[in-house]
Amino acid sequence: MQKINYITENFGKYDVFSIDSYMNIGGFQSLQKAIDMEGEDIAAVLSDAGIKGRGGAEYPMGRKWSQARAVKRPHHCVICNADEGETCTFKDRELITNDPFNLIEAMVIAGWAVNAEDGYIYMRAEYSHLRPRLINAIKQAKERGFLGKNILGTGWDYDVHLYSGAGAYVCGEGTALIRSIEGKAGRPRMKPPFMKQSGLFARPTCINNVESLSIVPHLLHDAVPYMQAGTKESIGTKMVSVGGNVNKPGVYEVPFGITVRDIVYGLAGGIQEDHKIRLIQFGGASGKISDDRILDISYSYEDFAKNNLIIGSGSILVIDERTSVIDFLRYTQDFFLHESCGQCTPCREGNRHIRIFLEKIKNGTYTDEDIQTMKTFARVMPMSSLCGLGETAQNALKSAFDVFPEVFASKTQTEAVG
Amino acid sequence: MEEKITLKINGMPVEVKKGTKILEAAKVLHIDIPHLCYHPDQRVKARCRICSVEVVGKKRLLAACATECWDGMEVFTDTKVVRDTQRGILQLIMADHEENCLTCPRNGNCVLQHLCSRFNVLRPNLTHVAESIPVKTTNPSLVHDPEKCVKCGRCIRVCKDVQGIEAIGFAGRSTGLKVTTPYEEEFNKTDCVLCGQCTVVCPVGALVEKDDTDRVLDAIFDPDKTVIVQTAPSVRVALGDAFGLPDGSIVTKKMVSALRMIGFDKVFDTNYGADLTITEEAGELIDRLKNNKTMPMTTSCCPAWVNFMEKHYPDKIAHLSTTKSPMAIFSAIAKTQYAKQENIASKNVFSVAIMPCIAKKYEAKRQELTQNGLFDTDAVITTRGLIKLIKYIGIDFNNLPESEFDNPMGESTGAGAIFGATGGVMEAALRTAYEWMTDKPMPTLEYTPVRGFEGIKEAQVEIGGHNLKIAVVHTLKNAALIMDKLRDGKCDYDFIEVMACPGGCVGGGGQPVTTTFAATKERIKALYTIDRSSKLRKSHENPYLKKLYAEFLEAPGSETAHKLLHTHYHAREKEFDFSK
Ligand SMILES: Cc1cc2nc3c(=O)[nH]c(=O)nc-3n(C[C@H](O)[C@H](O)[C@H](O)COP(=O)(O)O)c2cc1C
Ligand code: SF4
Repeated sequence: MQKINYITENFGKYDVFSIDSYMNIGGFQSLQKAIDMEGEDIAAVLSDAGIKGRGGAEYPMGRKWSQARAVKRPHHCVICNADEGETCTFKDRELITNDPFNLIEAMVIAGWAVNAEDGYIYMRAEYSHLRPRLINAIKQAKERGFLGKNILGTGWDYDVHLYSGAGAYVCGEGTALIRSIEGKAGRPRMKPPFMKQSGLFARPTCINNVESLSIVPHLLHDAVPYMQAGTKESIGTKMVSVGGNVNKPGVYEVPFGITVRDIVYGLAGGIQEDHKIRLIQFGGASGKISDDRILDISYSYEDFAKNNLIIGSGSILVIDERTSVIDFLRYTQDFFLHESCGQCTPCREGNRHIRIFLEKIKNGTYTDEDIQTMKTFARVMPMSSLCGLGETAQNALKSAFDVFPEVFASKTQTEAVG
Repeated sequence: MEEKITLKINGMPVEVKKGTKILEAAKVLHIDIPHLCYHPDQRVKARCRICSVEVVGKKRLLAACATECWDGMEVFTDTKVVRDTQRGILQLIMADHEENCLTCPRNGNCVLQHLCSRFNVLRPNLTHVAESIPVKTTNPSLVHDPEKCVKCGRCIRVCKDVQGIEAIGFAGRSTGLKVTTPYEEEFNKTDCVLCGQCTVVCPVGALVEKDDTDRVLDAIFDPDKTVIVQTAPSVRVALGDAFGLPDGSIVTKKMVSALRMIGFDKVFDTNYGADLTITEEAGELIDRLKNNKTMPMTTSCCPAWVNFMEKHYPDKIAHLSTTKSPMAIFSAIAKTQYAKQENIASKNVFSVAIMPCIAKKYEAKRQELTQNGLFDTDAVITTRGLIKLIKYIGIDFNNLPESEFDNPMGESTGAGAIFGATGGVMEAALRTAYEWMTDKPMPTLEYTPVRGFEGIKEAQVEIGGHNLKIAVVHTLKNAALIMDKLRDGKCDYDFIEVMACPGGCVGGGGQPVTTTFAATKERIKALYTIDRSSKLRKSHENPYLKKLYAEFLEAPGSETAHKLLHTHYHAREKEFDFSK
């Protein structure tokens, strides 16, 4: 089994409360390098490495930075999305816990690359125990001149601010996130205006996930090991958070191309009490599901796409045979019913009715017409919702239609068979 | 030169200005894309999603209200997926809607109802999930029935963006999302000033005015009561909306006939009251100017504006003119001089006011506007209420014969008519004040610097050695700007006219639900047409007014006039003060 420590290279190697300790292992050298580079060249490094955003939407990171740079309006800012609200997703927590200085270094590089004046870290409320180490890292970086005025003698001023969310999943969505920082209710708004044009406080804003950012200092330091890992179309490594009915739930850094089996049965130690796998959900609550038929495909963007799956945030939730598909779908739907912001009709109302249909299926009280209606709503709701939450809330259900058609079998048919 | 682009909607090419939204482009092709949260006078919300349409090359549907057209764009508004989506959204809304259409105040002019009929929404295969939510009604003007709410947010936008009040907002999340007041308090305990703009933009029956039509009909059939009615200037130029007439149609004389058919004993004109207000207010202005009293003076005929001052600028109440509003002045005279003249006991005069406004319902209930324990105005009906009465009686409005107001209180001047438009009170007051201060008529009666739709208009008028600095303001958001200046001591106007609603009373909170800025502008034009075609155009020249002063009131500002025609306002507690 391949093992690799690229993004997690610094884990356990330094005292996370000491900048000296971080600098002793080479910390802030990538920033020094970055300062000698044009922002466009930094973006090119990301593009060459083919990095897709690790927050879920898989947007090419180099392109995002280059587009951000190209916006001519003043007062750019950078946001680090540490809301990590997807179910079974906890890799950002590990990155902040074990390597906070690297994240701050990344924020400074990002700021430099897109000409920002401010950086913001938006961290979910549940991680408030991690605040002291980030605040400390910001403070010490400032004391050393990596933040604040005239950074490294460049004449460039830049600061990083830490904000905490209040517990809403939807605040991980960019426009809801900025509203939350602005002190407004955390509800998404329509786009345009796009964040890169008018984001936080109406300033041009470049937003990235913790993991996406965390890769940057490593890449600038030495891209070779990263470029050598992975597959042709999915270069490098990925942090995955494996949970559910596995023996060793946790965060693992894996090279793209590893098989799902190697992750689940290798790294995560297999299934509790050797139960059979009922289903696996990839990428959090908004991700799609499959059964054990995909165990031998490679964990890569290309193979996942072929199998109607998404890597997304990198979470892998393994559910064994003790939980039924319909129960799993009910729980997932409960999540969205709770987390919808409620402002647009398809998501607010659609979630609740799909939940009702799932309950009917569970109880066996559904009609064929119910199944048809549910399928229609599962199709139109993502087509017409305002934000990504409503767009992806039915991913699990829609993939279940394909993977587990028997769950939604026509009543007349089952009766005939039975 | 404006850049033009061409797109195709349902295969039909259409050329529009760059920046046009799909929904507006479709209108050019006479296609009405269904919409709920969209309102032509508001910022895009894109939250109901019922205007979702298919755009070639896009995986998801796009909101037609929010998406700008691009050159070469291809839009489809009626494919299977669009229909499933739009109809699905309607079904979702209906499943959460109290389906009491037959007993709903908006029965017949409800946007949701109309959409359901368009989409042939039959009983959907969805569980009915509506929960009963308490209705807020403990104020004389406004009823909020959240169970009917479709969460479109139009009311919130108008309250915030136009009025700057923010008495209502969204609270909660997911299926718990609701439009409500801070801490779910009753409106009178919030910042709300009862202007009623929310009731004009609400597409359904969630925010409506308190209905008083039944009380009026009961009075009409009470043999002891003489039921008189006055109609505000803005009603006659908006009423036609409900009968399919073009915006700004002047239907004064048909309206008078209709009111007689409804059964009012006398049909009078608020414009008469307006002439009286002007005469007193002009006198008050001159008195304040000459005797160095509190300046600037602001108008006080708009009840939502008065509420606003009492709640939000209680320290500035001394600036409000003490002259009563036209409605109040009319009723005060009706219950005294008119009753006496007609030999009717005051308590048997039932004074009804047809107003473009719901704050007038509150004004009518003011203790300051009572005499001997009787309210001067017994009932206020909005333009919408009048439409209901006309429809109830079954009047074929458009084919009615025309008839004239009764006298004496049906006589009025053009100055009284323009009261309904932003700038109208100022213009009317200037016509009288100028003449009184200089003994000469104004060189041009039509004083254009105060006309138009601009939010804040300023001018300086040279009157008999005085350089009068004036400002005309509409919407309370603009009014707050001026009042903040006043608080900061940076406001050197002498006379300020404020009307709470956009465009003035013609755009009032009691006007037909079809009211838009565009319609309001047509109504303003219509009021100026009425003024221009009036024989008398200065309030103080109203012959019945002259007679009233001669026989009853003595002179403007006299003791009797003060007792009857002036009042005072006072600070009102806001139980929740979020301003600090
Ligand atoms: C409902 C919703 C929740 C989201 N939550 C998160 C989150 O918790 N963390 C995150 O990084 N991105 C989240 N995203 C994705 C962000 O909108 C955004 O795409 C991402 O932060 C961009 O960074 P990246 O390109 O580096 O992935 C969420 C998106 C949606 C629609
Ligand atoms: S899709 Fe859901 S979460 Fe997103 S705006 Fe609509 S209601 Fe809110």
